[in-house]
Amino acid sequence: MQLKGYRRADGRIGFRNHVLILPTVACSNGAVQRICHSVPEAIMLPVDSGCGLLREDREVFAATLVNLAGNPNVAATLVVGLGCEAVTPEQAAAEIERFGKPVKYLGMHSSGGYAKTVEKGIELARQLVQEAALVKPEPALVSDLVIGLNCGASDPASGITANTALGAAVDRIVDQGGSAIIGETTECVGAETEMAKNAANEEVGKKILDVVHRFEHHVKMYGADLSTGEPNQGNMEAGLTTLEEKSLGCIRKIGSRPITEVVEYGQIPTKKGPILMDSPSYDAPSVTGIVAGGCQIVAFTTGLGTPFGISVSPVIKVSSNTPAYERMKDSVDINAGTILDGEESIDEVGERIYQMILEVANGRRTKAEDLVENQCQIWRKTLVL
Amino acid sequence: MKGQRVAAIVIRDQDNVGTATRDIKAGEKIEVKAGGKVKAIVAKEDIRFLHKFALTDIARGERVFKYGATIGEATKPISEGEHVHVHNLRSLWGRGST
Repeated sequence: MQLKGYRRADGRIGFRNHVLILPTVACSNGAVQRICHSVPEAIMLPVDSGCGLLREDREVFAATLVNLAGNPNVAATLVVGLGCEAVTPEQAAAEIERFGKPVKYLGMHSSGGYAKTVEKGIELARQLVQEAALVKPEPALVSDLVIGLNCGASDPASGITANTALGAAVDRIVDQGGSAIIGETTECVGAETEMAKNAANEEVGKKILDVVHRFEHHVKMYGADLSTGEPNQGNMEAGLTTLEEKSLGCIRKIGSRPITEVVEYGQIPTKKGPILMDSPSYDAPSVTGIVAGGCQIVAFTTGLGTPFGISVSPVIKVSSNTPAYERMKDSVDINAGTILDGEESIDEVGERIYQMILEVANGRRTKAEDLVENQCQIWRKTLVL
Repeated sequence: MKGQRVAAIVIRDQDNVGTATRDIKAGEKIEVKAGGKVKAIVAKEDIRFLHKFALTDIARGERVFKYGATIGEATKPISEGEHVHVHNLRSLWGRGST
């Protein structure tokens, strides 16, 4: 299948051509929503923070916000803020400008208040939409693809069906020079040694172990332990015996090719191939991080079903079992439960996921896109002040 | 096999356990595909949906493989067709030997 995408100034290819209206602080979510309401061609991302952050979180927030606008699915950005937040609209816009894409900004304090900001915002957003429409799609390759990988509402079948089949699809993409970003460091605990063994080189292997151990240590500061009581009682009754088994089932999504790079939360990889991003396992911050990392499409496996979506990148949902698919058909795109039903092999489902990824790249809408689901949350590791 | 519910699957060729894709009764003959070959295994006991069973005899202390990776070690000898779970498999994680 010939892929078509939108080439951006930094060389990356987008498979959507969105105008993004981006708040720099939760205080401007409302104004952003109002602008979006009047300019339905544009998308937005809600934020739940932007103020009262310690330095560590402030830096992650700023970089992730900027990299979300940098995602190649975004053609142009309108930044809307208040003016006194951790990263002002002006500062964010200056950073976003480095991607070489059109960017405008508005701050309520300097734009004459809320109503005037909405009014000006509508005008600017309309201009950006008109500009974006001039970007024409051009031929693209599988090597231009960066697929985000996540799982949510998992069950013990996820490892042997949905995650392993998704891994088979990822192998196909990686073998053609494409990339995949897997997050959820929490779920690597127990599988880190295997992951490190399968790293592209010793340095990457060491980084995998470091990132996983750092996460464990961080959780211990709060008196919790990621390995104690895992697998939990429900997992055990369902047949999962050891922590290694549970975690290996989660990371099957990344496929079998060596991990080439480990990146911090919200950062853009410099290498191609399978990438590990340090992120939590909660869906919203995990996927927000990998979308900031530049994935144009997210492949999301689920054992129970979830409506999860994020406006910037289409999310393809893969269920691990047929009852979940039947129950959540309006939210799930592909059923990997056919592996349990004896209807398809792991590889056949992998091929189906791969084909759908290509179709979605070429404009096919996913269930999450139809539902206009939009969850965005930038990871905070410390306190809200 | 299409349309007919298979009893079990094996993820990788080097795995020494399979996963039941439906409830399996003791004495039932299970056909598993591993390494491009079909192997017939007789279930030594009931194996519940998504539970594991040995594809071959596994010695005490031997590593147990699923997903082509170690998921722990056998705490007692396990014979082909036997249920593999907490009673005969333990985690090696955190023991510095995985």
